[in-house]
Amino acid sequence: MDKSEKFVSTVASFVGLVAKVLPDDVVAKLAELRAAEEVPMAKAVYDCMFENMNLAVKLSRPLCQDTGVIQYFLRVGTHFPLIDELEPLLLKATEIATEKAPLRHNAVETFKEKNTGTNTGKKVPYIEYELVPNSDKLEADVYMAGGGCSLPGRAAVLMPSAGYEGIAKFVADTLVEFGVNACPPLVVGVGVGTCVASSAKLAKRASLRKVGSRNPDPLVARMEEDLENALNGIAIGPQGLSGSASVLCVNIENMARHPSALGVGVAFGCWAHRRGTIVFDADMNYTVLSHKEAAL
Amino acid sequence: MKKVLTTPITSADVEDLRIGDVIYITGTVVTCRDTGHKRRVLSGIVPHTPLEGGAVFHAGPIVRKTDSGWQMVSVGPTTSMRMEKFEKEFIELTGVKVIIGKGGMGEKTVRACVENKAVHCVFPGGSAVVAAAEVEEITDAEWLDLGMPEAFWVLKVKEFGPLIVSIDTKGNNLFENNKKVFAERKEKALEELYPKLNFMKY
Ligand code: SF4
Repeated sequence: MDKSEKFVSTVASFVGLVAKVLPDDVVAKLAELRAAEEVPMAKAVYDCMFENMNLAVKLSRPLCQDTGVIQYFLRVGTHFPLIDELEPLLLKATEIATEKAPLRHNAVETFKEKNTGTNTGKKVPYIEYELVPNSDKLEADVYMAGGGCSLPGRAAVLMPSAGYEGIAKFVADTLVEFGVNACPPLVVGVGVGTCVASSAKLAKRASLRKVGSRNPDPLVARMEEDLENALNGIAIGPQGLSGSASVLCVNIENMARHPSALGVGVAFGCWAHRRGTIVFDADMNYTVLSHKEAAL
Repeated sequence: MKKVLTTPITSADVEDLRIGDVIYITGTVVTCRDTGHKRRVLSGIVPHTPLEGGAVFHAGPIVRKTDSGWQMVSVGPTTSMRMEKFEKEFIELTGVKVIIGKGGMGEKTVRACVENKAVHCVFPGGSAVVAAAEVEEITDAEWLDLGMPEAFWVLKVKEFGPLIVSIDTKGNNLFENNKKVFAERKEKALEELYPKLNFMKY
């Protein structure tokens, strides 16, 4: 097998795995919330989630019928051998995974408003690149963006006078108004930026950071913790039925801003947060970072 | 102890259920969503499967054709609110006792549940494999002309659930109640949070 083939077949298998098995950090957090849950109906929902995760592995089926739009977030070394071909290779891998897993056909061409029937379309799979100088490796996050959890995402630019209080209110309002139907407990990614695009992008990045990780800046980490506690205080519970918690985590990513603009974005992930991280070296040997004991 | 209702379900079976109760169903459940509701209510076309005392599941399944019939691969709840427009008439016309879906439903459905002694329940979203495994057999398929997700699938189920009652026969509506409770809790949580967010310099 040449490098391209090895890469494509590994990514295809990995996408299939991500559809069927949640990453370790998400499973651990769900187990923690399940153990702490006191409301009987909420307990029943957590039990159902765990039974579902077990059955999905046993029967080798995607754990939710909505396998989302496939998205890749790449940190690619400028010397990575396949850097020039990543787009067609990831398209190929997505097609194979769609067939094999199988994944639902979730690509509808806009304006034509027609389902392509292949799970791929214009800019789908969705790919974002970050270049890593002096590296020959590729680190990739795969994410399945389901409809239910994509719906509540929002971004806005606030007057700086709204302050960080305004940011917290924006996130809490969005969670209560739209997040309830996105299959909570939710991953909450918040971006603090300078315009709609930068804030939304940071929010998405934040939602892909590990559950339980903290922003290295202690000020930001403090707000993550405080906002997380506040949102859990609303206790929307699993499926928004009410319960003992609301979220799996609050992760915040930030950047400098224009003195007159305070951007905020919020991106949600559902309890079935299908995210995986895999690293390739220059010979296309891989290491899976998100799922221990993952055999592809 | 699991509370299991067996179809045909009677008014007495559901009368004392209250929002937040967890139940399971054994017997027959049919899937019906947007177009199916519209067809039943507006066109007067009646499926030959009797629905009196039955349960309707707002879901568009993934089904595989086999030599002997059909196999359920994956079936998960879809947002019930999309059926709000026709659910009241659907309940009145068919005599279903349990409506199953995701999220809450509105005022019209609540009235129908009170007047006809029926309940709306939530099946946990994202648990499509559990739901599929609780389907023992697909006994019939009607309205296949509407396509796989919209067709009227007749499912033989065993202890199908958990189903969390979200609208009961007394007119209580879990999601409506929650909306108010969450809004209040949110205000309180934010009031307590604001003093900690004094990052702005002045
Ligand atoms: S929000 Fe997530 S778990 Fe719920 S139905 Fe959509 S993809 Fe599945």
